[in-house]
Amino acid sequence: MSFRFAHDPIDTATARAELLDPGAGGFVTFEGWVRDFNEGREVTALEYEAFQALAVKEGARIVAEAVARFPVRHALCIHRVGRLALTDMAVWVGVSATHRGEAFDACRFIIDAVKHRVPIWKKEHYRNGDSGWVNCEACAAGPGAAAPAHGHEPAQAHGHEPNAA
Amino acid sequence: MTDGPTPASDAPRTPRPPAAPVFGLVLAGGLSSRMQRDKAAIEYQGRSQLERAVELAAKYLPEVFVSVRAGQAADPSRARYPLIVDSVPGEGPIVGIRSALAARPDVAWLVLACDLPFLSDAALSQLLAERDPTASATAFRSAHDGLPEPLCAIWEPKAAAELAAYQAAEGRCPRKFLIRHGAKILEPRDRRALDNINTPDEYHEALRSFDGEASTGMQLKIQYYALMREQAGRSDETLETTASTPADLYSELKARYGFTLSREQLKVAVNSEFAAWSHKLAAGDSVVFIPPVAGG
Repeated sequence: MSFRFAHDPIDTATARAELLDPGAGGFVTFEGWVRDFNEGREVTALEYEAFQALAVKEGARIVAEAVARFPVRHALCIHRVGRLALTDMAVWVGVSATHRGEAFDACRFIIDAVKHRVPIWKKEHYRNGDSGWVNCEACAAGPGAAAPAHGHEPAQAHGHEPNAA
Repeated sequence: MTDGPTPASDAPRTPRPPAAPVFGLVLAGGLSSRMQRDKAAIEYQGRSQLERAVELAAKYLPEVFVSVRAGQAADPSRARYPLIVDSVPGEGPIVGIRSALAARPDVAWLVLACDLPFLSDAALSQLLAERDPTASATAFRSAHDGLPEPLCAIWEPKAAAELAAYQAAEGRCPRKFLIRHGAKILEPRDRRALDNINTPDEYHEALRSFDGEASTGMQLKIQYYALMREQAGRSDETLETTASTPADLYSELKARYGFTLSREQLKVAVNSEFAAWSHKLAAGDSVVFIPPVAGG
């Protein structure tokens, strides 16, 4: 399984071991962590929710695209669901490759595409007690390859604010 | 739709004799030759067509009879109902209709073929509400060929003599009779109600559409996530809808739940795969509206 969800803290040692390969000369990982602020607001916790039946399919497609495109030996992405505290790891991406260049590129491609294409939602809980579903911030930023597949019109997607007051 | 007949415009201005009461007549005397089996016994959702038709008619009418040929009166699936056995010579449904009119000259008959699996409450209530007792009959216009449909129609007592004369002149087609005798014709609001089933292929197609579907629309399963879940106040539901595409369905649900997101801000999945807004939905499909995502 090249993309999966975790309900408990991600076991990075096991994940790394899945990517070991005698032909690989480099290994790159990305970890996404829960940060204490977003768009000027103090964040105290995050809640992740996913439409898992579709998300695992779309996630696997992204990883397969990365492996074919760069190309690399192996790649894996694990995403948390549920309530996370500050400094918790929300997502882990690992790539092993013959050479480091492709590994960096593939890792960057996977995390960007996962954020834009996979049906995962994030609710931020703020210091003042409010909460809100985070919009797809990349809609407005619109970075290259992932944007068309994402399908949201930048201005519109950004125009709707989470229903937190 | 809006230019359909309005019953009020046909209301009598001068006193007339009260209209005859309406009884039900379900035709179950056919030979079912194209179907190659007894149509009346064919089942949908665990009940035979004959049972379904009789039960639906009995919701609206004080008495319901089953029309049979002489040789069928002892058939157990038919004998459980009050029967009207063919009493006039000839073949085809015109014989059943005439026999009922002869048996009870004082009543009008709501005649139903028993091979109308999609027959609905909407169709029967429209037929009764818009009945014109001064015409020979009140019938729907077929959505397929535009001609009157004689086997989901109300036949008035005065049609008895007219049908006898028509048959004596070698006529045997009740549809042609309706065309010539100026029946009251209704535009069916439930256009599918009159779809009949004559061949095994049509039967299997009907069965497929009954899979998780009721006669007025179809059942879909909707799952809600994130903001959509909070605004709908639920994480999933099974609902009956006439929406045929995700676009139609979202309009319906947006009106119901007041979703704040416009369709342009969403994507949609059908059966756990991304789909187009114009995707043709089928009964039992599972639909998810996908608000802007925010993984990572």
